[in-house]
Amino acid sequence: MARRVVVDTGPMARVEGEGSLSIVETGTGGPEVKLNIFEPPRFFEALLRGRRAEEVPDIVSRICGICPVAYQISSLNAFEGLFGVEVDEQVRRLRRILYYGEWIESHALHVFMLAAPDLMRVPDAIAMAKRDPELVREALTLKRLGNRLVSAVGGREIHPVSLKIGGIYRAPSKEAVASLLPELDRLRSSVHKMVAFVSSLERPSLERESTLVCLCDPSRYAIDRGEIVSNQGLRLPPSAFEENFEEHQVEYSNALHSRTKGGGSYMVGPLARFSLNYGQLNPAARALAKEVGLKPPLKDPFQSILVRALEIVHALEETAREVREYEEPVRPSVPYQVKAGTCYGVSEAPRGILYHSYAVNGRGHVERAKIVPPTAQNQARMEDDVRLLAPRIMNSDADEARRLSEMAIRNYDPCISCATHFLRLDIRKA
Amino acid sequence: MSKPRLGVFKFSSCDGCQLSILDAEEELLELLDRVELADFLEASSASAGAPYDVALVEGSVSTEEEVERIIRIRKESKMLVALGACATSGGLQALRNWSRLGLFESAVYPEPKVARALEKALPVSDFVAVDFELRGCPVSKAQLLQFFAATLRGTKPRFPASAVCFECKREGNPCLVVAGGTPCLGPVTASGCGALCPSRGRGCYGCFGPSDDANLDSYASWLSAHRVDRSTIGLLLKGANSQSPEFRRWIEKNG
Repeated sequence: MARRVVVDTGPMARVEGEGSLSIVETGTGGPEVKLNIFEPPRFFEALLRGRRAEEVPDIVSRICGICPVAYQISSLNAFEGLFGVEVDEQVRRLRRILYYGEWIESHALHVFMLAAPDLMRVPDAIAMAKRDPELVREALTLKRLGNRLVSAVGGREIHPVSLKIGGIYRAPSKEAVASLLPELDRLRSSVHKMVAFVSSLERPSLERESTLVCLCDPSRYAIDRGEIVSNQGLRLPPSAFEENFEEHQVEYSNALHSRTKGGGSYMVGPLARFSLNYGQLNPAARALAKEVGLKPPLKDPFQSILVRALEIVHALEETAREVREYEEPVRPSVPYQVKAGTCYGVSEAPRGILYHSYAVNGRGHVERAKIVPPTAQNQARMEDDVRLLAPRIMNSDADEARRLSEMAIRNYDPCISCATHFLRLDIRKA
Repeated sequence: MSKPRLGVFKFSSCDGCQLSILDAEEELLELLDRVELADFLEASSASAGAPYDVALVEGSVSTEEEVERIIRIRKESKMLVALGACATSGGLQALRNWSRLGLFESAVYPEPKVARALEKALPVSDFVAVDFELRGCPVSKAQLLQFFAATLRGTKPRFPASAVCFECKREGNPCLVVAGGTPCLGPVTASGCGALCPSRGRGCYGCFGPSDDANLDSYASWLSAHRVDRSTIGLLLKGANSQSPEFRRWIEKNG
């Protein structure tokens, strides 16, 4: 049977990277859904071999211009674990401020510039700005604050330069950190209006069951470290990740797909964190969640945009507290001895768990590296969501079909540069 | 006068340099008001397409599809700008140029033949004429805005590629190499970052590529005299700008 292209809308925008989505009606059984990622592979795991452990945080940050901090933190967790480094508490605080900054920047970019245009049925934030300039200006201020936090600790917004194994090259002064407070406090109060705006936008819905996986840290809503937990009762140390989740290569994608050992898709990211760690969410964010009618567990991926907005609130509150409690570290960095072994590091990137593992030799050189980014983990789940939406997509006109499919993918804020960029929707009927 | 038509394109890269445009939060709306956004896939689903007055190209060229695409964009653009280290000198992914691609593919992908890539990841200028380069991993937001300001006025900005040392001295930093034997690429790296790393007590690792008149051989000997071994220098040069002629020549001669 010849395949007929029913819709081919060309490149999909507002995602980080290059991929395409195809939906093919086969005539028998369900439709065939493929998220094709043709982002060119950059082979980072291979080019890390032979590099010194101390170089790794700067190399891996180049995997992603949007979440470089996540890459640095996961790799630092791995090496510091292996070398037995206990980082100064105030340095850990600085690293969290840096990481919250990345969450705020990345989530604000996603919510207001990449995702909201779908809900407002406009092509981009520029068109949004024509309709509601105040909102877009405030969203950009929020994004700028995220970037200011990253540069205050890291030196610059993208690929910060301050972190090292053992600590930080130079800790910012108490005054420099405190200077962030006025803007933080102003946005803590104005962000509520932005959350209310996001919640007022009409969203599609898709109630479905999914395995949700995130980190759990007894001391806080997990961000910079934690154990791996799921809504299926899983609780694992980072070292057991590969025993429970597997990567598969599929012929149509340059990004590997992750599945649970049992073969099922799973979801990492804001929805999983909100569902499993709700009790640790900052009270201000919980109160707002109640106001906008969200409570855990969440089953609808279209609620992700709202959860990201709530995580911005959480990050602002937590950052303000961390900034107030910051004292210049007594030991900005501690010396360490390299040693041979295999090490594991995880953290909660804005899009979900970012897993790193390295085998290091006695001279501190990397012999093997394995990196599993959140978007690779979410890929199979994205396809499952589109499969569930397929009847609605196939029954919609071409514009709506495209909008719905793209939104189903954007729910995950896919970072295809991470996973290996370019989303093209290609619905065909048999 | 009609607004200049701007295209922003991604090749093999991390997204960071085009994100630097969106990171110009204070200037973004005004900037976007002064150009016609003909293509910027990451920011907008409206695509007016070619021709472009200015095309900003992020990323290195590493697949056959990308070779075709860069040639097409060149034909469709009056001015083509290489945006960031990947586009100007290969990026980190170009480190594979010294390995057999086969080895690299099987280290990442279980079934290597599926992931199609060229033998080498190369700068844009290896394939088409480039009218202007914005260096850095990532680019400097200040330079990016100066570039837009100048281009909108119909002039070209000049970013002198003097060494990071000049910025470092202006910051009043003691020299890391002289004082502590810390390996630092400052004397051979172009300025643009404001001596970000040396100001934090760490050696420069070369984000902006070679400075004008960088004399790698002389500097390497001098570093060796300051207790920095040659393998460390090699590793430092094997960063985001390894395919710049000056860095590449030294790496290939010295291993």
